[in-house]
Formats: sequence, C-alpha cells, structure tokens
Amino acid sequence: MADVITYREAVAEGIAREMRRDTTVVCLGEDIAAAGGVFKTTVGLRAEFGPERVWDTPISEQAIVGAAMGAAMTGMRPVAEIMFSDFLACCWDYLANEIPKVRYMTGGQVTVPLVVRTANGGGLGFGAQHSQATENWALTVPGLKIAAPATPSDVIGMMAAAIRSDDPVVFFEHKALLATKGAPPPPGHVVELGRAAVVREGTDVTLVALASTVPLALKAADVLSGEGTEVEVIDLRCLVPLDAAAVLGSLRRTSRLVTVEENPYQGGWGATVVSIVADEGFGLLDAPVRRVAGECVPLPFADALEEQVIPTVDRVVTAVRQLAAY
Amino acid sequence: MDAAGLLACYERMAVIRRTEKAAHDLFLQGLVKGTTHLAAGQEAIAVGASAALRSDDYVFATYRGHHHALARGATPEECLAELMSRATGLCKAKGGSMHLTKAATGMLGSYAIVGSHLPMAVGAAWSARLRGTDQLAVAFFGDGATNIGAFHESLNLAAVWKLPVLFVCENNLYMEYTPIAEVTAVARPAADRAPAHGIPGEVVDGNDVVAVEEAVARLARRARAGGGPAVLEAETYRHFGHSRADPASYRPAEEVERWLKHDPLDLARGRLAELGVGTEAVAEADERARALVERAVEAAKAGPPPDPREALTDVWADGGAAWRT
Repeated sequence: MADVITYREAVAEGIAREMRRDTTVVCLGEDIAAAGGVFKTTVGLRAEFGPERVWDTPISEQAIVGAAMGAAMTGMRPVAEIMFSDFLACCWDYLANEIPKVRYMTGGQVTVPLVVRTANGGGLGFGAQHSQATENWALTVPGLKIAAPATPSDVIGMMAAAIRSDDPVVFFEHKALLATKGAPPPPGHVVELGRAAVVREGTDVTLVALASTVPLALKAADVLSGEGTEVEVIDLRCLVPLDAAAVLGSLRRTSRLVTVEENPYQGGWGATVVSIVADEGFGLLDAPVRRVAGECVPLPFADALEEQVIPTVDRVVTAVRQLAAY
Repeated sequence: MDAAGLLACYERMAVIRRTEKAAHDLFLQGLVKGTTHLAAGQEAIAVGASAALRSDDYVFATYRGHHHALARGATPEECLAELMSRATGLCKAKGGSMHLTKAATGMLGSYAIVGSHLPMAVGAAWSARLRGTDQLAVAFFGDGATNIGAFHESLNLAAVWKLPVLFVCENNLYMEYTPIAEVTAVARPAADRAPAHGIPGEVVDGNDVVAVEEAVARLARRARAGGGPAVLEAETYRHFGHSRADPASYRPAEEVERWLKHDPLDLARGRLAELGVGTEAVAEADERARALVERAVEAAKAGPPPDPREALTDVWADGGAAWRT
C-alpha cells in the first residue's frame, strides 16, 4: 500500500477490504464495474471480485436501492451507489418509506444491512442538480444512519463500520474531498459510527464541522490562531448516531460554538446540534451560538457565484472573530 | 392438483374469507382502528400461488395483503390481534393491517406505497442467485402498481439479470376507486407490458385456484431453471370496496353480480365435485375454518395491549431507537 492514498482511492479500498473478509458484500450501481465509477471510487473492484460481486445497473435508482433492500433482507450486505446525492430524490421512497421503516413496522422481524453510497456536495461547478449537500434529507428520517467522512483514513474506517452495520447506512462521499490525500490506515481499521473526532484542540471557540467543512474549519483555525484565537475543531463524522457528548465536552473547554455546514441554514444539521446545546448545555455558553451555512438558493454554476452561497474560510473566520469578541 | 391438495386449498381459502369477514365485523364494532383493505374474492391467487411455492421462497405483498400473510403461514389469530392493536399481533401492533409480515415463513412484508416492493422482490431473487440457492421471489401487486416507475425499473432489471422472480398482478379491475382501463393504454396492464421488457406475460383466471397453482408452478420451474422472470396477470375481483371507507358504489351492478357468481370458493367447490370429493368433506372443511376463525377472534380479543415502551424499540438492530449520545 502506498504511503498516501486519496479520498477517492480510499472509497474503493474500504469496500475492497470488506469484500475480502465477507463474501456477502456485493456492489451495485450505475457505471461502477468496468468503468470504475464516474468519480473513480470503485476502481479495481470488478477486476478483483468479478461480475458476480460488482454489478452495473441500468439508470434505475428505485430498482438499485429497492433491490439492495431485498438482497439485504435475505442474507446479503449490498453496497449500492447512487451516483450523485441529488439523485437520492429519485429513490426517496426507499430511503424515507421502505428501508428505515421495515424493521419497526414488522416488530423487529426484518434486518436491512445495506449501505447506500453517494457523491455529495458542491465545489466542483456541477450546477444546481449535481451539487447539493443533501445529508439533511436523510437526517429527517428515523431509521437511517448517516456517515460523512472527511479523510481517507476515516473513509476506510467508516466504510468498514457501515458495511458491518446491521442497520441501513447512507454514506456521503464529498466530491470536493475526492482528490485530497492522507495516510492509509492499517489493516482492520474500523471507525465506530457515531464517534466524533477532535481534529484540532483549542480553548476559545468550538467549530463543529462535517465532511467538506472540516478542512475549511481547520484552515480558518490556522488563520485565527495567528490572531491569538485558539479554535477547537470537531469532525462529527456521523449525523446519526450523533455524538452530542463530544460537542458538549468541547464546550466545557471553550464555551463558544460555531457550526459549519454546507447545506442551507434552514433545516440544517447545525440547527439540531445547537438545539441540543441550548437544551442541555446552555450553562456552558458564554456567548450566543453561530451557524455558518449555505444560502437558501439552488447551487449556481459559476465559481464566483457558488462561492457566494456555500461556506468559505473567510466566512468562518468572520463568524469566529465576532463570537470571540462577544 | 389432486383432490387432497385442492381440498386443503379450499379450506385455506375458507379460512381467509372468514378472517376477512371477521376483520370487517371487528372494524364495525370499533375494535379495529385505522383502515383495512380486504381481499375477500381474491383468495385463489394467494392460496394457488402458495400451493406452488416452496416454504423457503420469498413473498412480497401490498397493503391488501391479509390473504398473502394467511396463505404464507400467518395464523388468523396473530393477524386479527395485529389489526386489533394487541401485543400478540403479528408485528407487535407496530404494523397494522397494511404491513402484515411473517419473515420466518418467507412472507417478507406488506408494503403500502403502491408498487414499492417490486424492486425488493428483484433484490431477493438476486440474493438467491448470489447465494447459489434456487429460491424464488414473488411480488404480488395490484393493477394500479403497473403505472408506477418502479414496476418498469423492476421488470427491466429482473430481465437483464435473468433473475428468478415472478411478478403476479392481481387485476381486480379497479385502481382504488378508478377503473384501471380508464387510466391505462393497454388492456392487460401487467401482461401486455411484460414483452416490452423482454419478459413473458401471461393471463390467468385469478379466481380459479387450480389455474393459478398450475401457472405459478410452471413459471416457477422455468425461473428456477434459469429461465428468468415472468409476469402473471391474474384476473379477479374484490368483494368489498378499496378500503373501509369505500362502499364501492361506483361499480356497475351487473359487473358485481357477474363476478360474485364467479366466486373462488364456488369455483373450487365445483372442481372438488369433479374430482369426486363429496359435499360432506367440503362441509367439514368449512366447519373447521369457521371454528378456527371463531377461536382466533376470541383469542385475539383477549390479547393484551402493547406496552407503551415498545414505541421506542425496533428502530435499530440492537433493538433500540437512540440516535445520539
């Protein structure tokens, strides 16, 4: 294994590690086999595991996720790819009505151990129908677990946990992170779902981030450190289970909170995080909370426009400065 | 089908008919809340198909699925207890009429979003192939489901992957309240579309349990042998309206009369007579069905209500519902 691995390579590596150890793991999706995925996140899987374990599908999102569900109910652990997270809407019935409810409404009779992987978020100029950060759609649905790793190592570790999970997991791979690099984790690396990471320690302000906003928050922390403000950055890594204890624990050290999310402010996961803090950690706060989030517009095409509507380092820095001075 | 097999099918249909009648009566007594979608009149499809299937085959059904649950091993008592919100219900009173499921006997669920379960059956058939078994998956659905996207996505995927799945359409002529013929451009909404997806589409008298059994057995043999999926459109009629709120007054009287004369239980009785089964044996089967359902009603009524704490269980595989630390 190379000294460094890209996020996109980590996706294939994470899947491959699980396919090697468990023959019930199978992949299906559009263009994932010989083509290696439109984002090259499944390169090598078909060659190593063959056509009986890596299946190209028609452009049929309902059939992909519905078939994955049926397979998961009958002894397999399917990993289904929905190419762009915007397309989750094409199979939303399965994500909102079928997969997450069947255990409950059958009184616990049925297990659905599947992973739906998808390329999420903006930053690459794909326009309004291929750029949304949609993890909040899934957050509204009881019964789905939600993973959104920020580093190659976490991609591999969380993929292992997601595939081994007996519960359905929606796995958001952020498009803007695909080319980022990091050290590959050792064999057997598993990152438990629902365990946030403190990726930078600090004493003054807590920044809570996810996926693409983690490197953004770290860059902002560098800038702010030069100004004498020490920021603690928390990578939530999962939205369900949500590591609220990690956020509250950090606030005990910093007493100030900013959430950084790519999706629009209204209905965003940051609202859930800050409401927990308001409910259970109000006494820990020395200042109001701030949310840096996307604008409530469809994602525009041009870079200059897109930068106006999703969080930037500058916007995070400004929010933290205001809060530090409160 | 031999005489003993047909008599067993007849008795099972009689149990279903009486259970549906009991569900209807219990609703009127205020003991069943929500709604029910009764399948009285459509028993021959569930029972005929089940007679042709193996115990390890998978079945997926719709919100009108009492007959499939009962044909696939659920007892009248656990079904009625579910309808009456008892802890002893098939799904611990978390599912209700529209979600009767008995996974242990291959009844993998009743799904109330029209047509949503067709891809699941495709996936179960795919899984059987991946695991190297020759299990079959069957999706039962109504005529209304043939106009949703998942129907076409499922037929195409099953065809290109040559999967052992049977799509059995229960065409009862009405898509809820609207005649299917008014909203569909082909005469046979399921069978006519199958060839467009490279799949054979057959039509059968869905009220004739023997004809259904023979058709499903033949298509099942073909699918298990690697011949791929098939569509079977079973023509039938529901005795009640779409759901509890529907008196079905939109149906022409002569149509109702014609179909009531083509009742699956009557047809089976005729066939039993042809096979030399005496009326006494049929009466005994009827009596056993009556007694079974009567006992089931009383036992279901006596079931305890669910513990309110159960509302917060069974979301996750660990049994709980916690979404955060």
